[in-house]
Amino acid sequence: MGDFRKRGDGRDEAGGPHWLLGRAHRKIDAAERMRGMVRYTDDLALPNMLHGKIKRSPHPHARIVAIDTEAALAMPGVYAVVTGRDMPIPYGIIPWTPDENALCVDKVCHVGDGVAAVAAIDEDTAIAACDAIAVEYAPLPAYFDPDQALAADLAINPYAKKGNLSKHVKLEFGAVDEQLAAAELVIEDDYFFEGTNHAAIEPHCALASVEASGVLTVWSATQVSHYLHRALARVLELPEHRVRVIQPPLGGAFGGKSEPFDLEFCVAKLAMLTGRPVKILYTREEVFYSHRGRHPMKMRYRAGFNRDGAIMAVDAETTIDGGAYSSFGLVTTYYSGQLLCAPYAFPAYRFDSTRVYTNKPACGPKRGHGSVQPRFAMECQLDKAAAALGIDPIELRRRNALGADSATVNEFAVGSNGFLECLARVEERSDWRQRYGQLAYGHGLGVAGSTYISGTNYCIYPNDMPQAAVQITLDRSGRARVFTGANDIGQGSSTMLAVITAEELGLDLSDVRVVAADSDLCPIDLGAYSSRITLMVGNACLAAARALRERVCAAVARAWEVAPERVGLRARQALDRDDPARAMSLAEAFVCAESEHGLLTAVGNYDTPKDRHGSYRGGTIGASPAYSFTAHVAEVVVDAETGVVTVEQVWVAHDCGKALSPRIVEGQMEGSVYMGLAEALMEQHLVDPAHGGVHAGPSLLDYRIPTFIDTPEIHSLIVEHPDAQGPYGAKEAGEGPLHPIIPAIANAIYDAVGVRMNATPFSPPRVLAAIEAQRSDDAADRALARRGRGSSALDDSQGVA
Amino acid sequence: MTASLLLCFQLNGAQIEVAAPAHFTLLEVLRYRLDLIGTKQGCDKGDCGACTVALDGRAVLSCLTLAAHAQGREVKTVEGMVGPALHVLQDRFDHFVAAQCGFCTPGILIAADAYLTAVNRPVTRAEAATALAGNLCRCTGYTKILDAVVDASERLATSAHETDAGGDAHG
Repeated sequence: MGDFRKRGDGRDEAGGPHWLLGRAHRKIDAAERMRGMVRYTDDLALPNMLHGKIKRSPHPHARIVAIDTEAALAMPGVYAVVTGRDMPIPYGIIPWTPDENALCVDKVCHVGDGVAAVAAIDEDTAIAACDAIAVEYAPLPAYFDPDQALAADLAINPYAKKGNLSKHVKLEFGAVDEQLAAAELVIEDDYFFEGTNHAAIEPHCALASVEASGVLTVWSATQVSHYLHRALARVLELPEHRVRVIQPPLGGAFGGKSEPFDLEFCVAKLAMLTGRPVKILYTREEVFYSHRGRHPMKMRYRAGFNRDGAIMAVDAETTIDGGAYSSFGLVTTYYSGQLLCAPYAFPAYRFDSTRVYTNKPACGPKRGHGSVQPRFAMECQLDKAAAALGIDPIELRRRNALGADSATVNEFAVGSNGFLECLARVEERSDWRQRYGQLAYGHGLGVAGSTYISGTNYCIYPNDMPQAAVQITLDRSGRARVFTGANDIGQGSSTMLAVITAEELGLDLSDVRVVAADSDLCPIDLGAYSSRITLMVGNACLAAARALRERVCAAVARAWEVAPERVGLRARQALDRDDPARAMSLAEAFVCAESEHGLLTAVGNYDTPKDRHGSYRGGTIGASPAYSFTAHVAEVVVDAETGVVTVEQVWVAHDCGKALSPRIVEGQMEGSVYMGLAEALMEQHLVDPAHGGVHAGPSLLDYRIPTFIDTPEIHSLIVEHPDAQGPYGAKEAGEGPLHPIIPAIANAIYDAVGVRMNATPFSPPRVLAAIEAQRSDDAADRALARRGRGSSALDDSQGVA
Repeated sequence: MTASLLLCFQLNGAQIEVAAPAHFTLLEVLRYRLDLIGTKQGCDKGDCGACTVALDGRAVLSCLTLAAHAQGREVKTVEGMVGPALHVLQDRFDHFVAAQCGFCTPGILIAADAYLTAVNRPVTRAEAATALAGNLCRCTGYTKILDAVVDASERLATSAHETDAGGDAHG
């Protein structure tokens, strides 16, 4: 505190020490979760509550000829049955593609599509009633392969153009063909990224109740309360003010809860019909069939380089398997190209992306929406170029770095950029220079870089309102209440808002109550997606907190008869910077201010800049106020006899602008590495065409995800290049750090055994096949000669092949 | 309909009686009969570990355990870990931010508690990882959970060797 007074300012803008910001915080809501006292959606129960269940299609594609619900309705304990005809108004998360119904009306488009829903006295009765519903289907041809679907005459989806085209985007910047023709090296390859599910441990769940006032209240495990609210009002034909949406504490989402799902409409409709509360909890199998996970992408990449390693041009052609519905598909298609243009500068870029409808559970946004797949291709391309040119892969990336205060080839304005520092940190910490290319056969290092958005400049539905708003109220007991629509999905957004509020007002974290994601109590927020909350809601919160701080400081200054600049708020006190003897408690300071101004409340608004995107059609999509940057080095051991890849360690350096709460930022980095590593090595969201499109393994055992012992040591290295657009300079940390791990592992496998893995997951059979193919064409000898390594391990294992 | 059973067992240190259908799992009885919602359902088929409780001190999956199996035995759930203050494990989880969404956390706390009680000594990261491999977490990458469990094991061992065991756990 003495420091604070001597420096004359404890505030950020004066460069003084922070009161709370940047320290390791406990999360404001963690202790009660660990005591088992927090009620997630399925932990809620209301008097007279009924249990709902959704009957699902066994066919991948079929017309619904008839649905007979009589037998189900006649069962004791069954209170209501609804079908698609009861909720015929379609909806869609993207306003231009409202292609979904709460329950299918005329046809089903994938195995697991909902056709009817039941409300019953308990879950067992609801399940029995679903079995008693007779649905007559007329099967239609089903398409599981995007190329096949594209060529088909039969449209899966009403928004399908030309066969089953969902969205096509082709954009070109600079003279791609000329640059490629002039390039001294062209790397061309095909890549495939497998679809994956989010697999949040909490399954989707929703509960609805019609209150005496007639207001429909829906509690849902959603990460987009506001879009759910709009969709409920639309489909149920209720004015929005007659609907209340509450997001209880959420058990993980990762993009998997970022649009409306059938269960939310069903509980609402069934509650309206029965007059009783209704709850539906998805089984794990239903989570997999509802999906909205990572899109499988087939990618053909050509990249030209000069002999110094400078990227001359990138040409990408991508086929995106969308599944049966549009979901965020328009955005996904743009993102598959638009988000690739940093962290590297290059003069020419073309992408040609095609999203296709297939008879599979719809794909949607998963952590790193649309850009994880192309990043895999791009970073493998760079590694191949580095090998061909004899340039160290980190050095090659360094030479191509875009830099700060720059513009990408697709005209996005980039502010702060800590990419070079990220590269330097992972290079140093992994002992790269001593070890890359020099480890024994079977042991390797790989590097990759990436960038990601901190929210997008334009909202999903066009409007002129701010993108984020927060309201803060102070009360005379010396505490603050923060009202926000932001969905805390476990990432810690409520703690982030408490930290900003406490920092500005000198409060302790425990003095701040965050009231979040209740549409009756909180200002609207758009939701937890695109890594928008820290930057957008954080900025809104900062504005509100600063307005209140000024009011409190001014009132205290008047009481002390000093200039307002002399008053600081810190450590639950108002302090006179020039007179160490003078202080009052924050409670007294708030009383002082409330006496003068009345109730102390302030709102903060944040809107995105509208001048940082491209000047072409589609140039707004993917443009962000600020970009994060990441570099990874992965260390792997490859068993050349089994093809098993073990990731031993990962170093992840991430430029988040400013870590408001470093331990939470590290947690995001570690979770990102884990989730991407799972996609690199294990995860496959597959349906089986040979068995009518049923899921290949809709359980957490068959759909393998890494356990404690499958997860490597992860070294998180926070890099801070504050961005003028972020609160205190902060940018995102929740999605960017996922991207590089997949190509970093692929590149490390190359360093270890000299084979290129161009398709995920890098499963033992695939890795082994690649090693065996390499041996048969004696490429291994070339790799070994190049690396000058001992060959005993290879000799030992050659007999096995 | 299935007949109801009257179940009597020790739950978090207290003797309780509860009636439930014979086919109910321990998870269903805890959550839907006793309103002990700290124990979570993530998969309902023994894959995820979110429903882990301690049965006679051993970590079991309550979704695969018939409630009748608990008859006359001792069950501990996450609610039973709470004394006047946070349990050392909970405190270390809180300190290291080892819970993000917190949904898997009760199961992991119980599994870790059963393990640390059984071994009764400081553990390594590798040992803790092996002991907890039946519990899935999708948020944390397990890193901070292991930080917390290892640190808690050291603190528990230290406090067991000190006469002054009431030291401040909030580091």
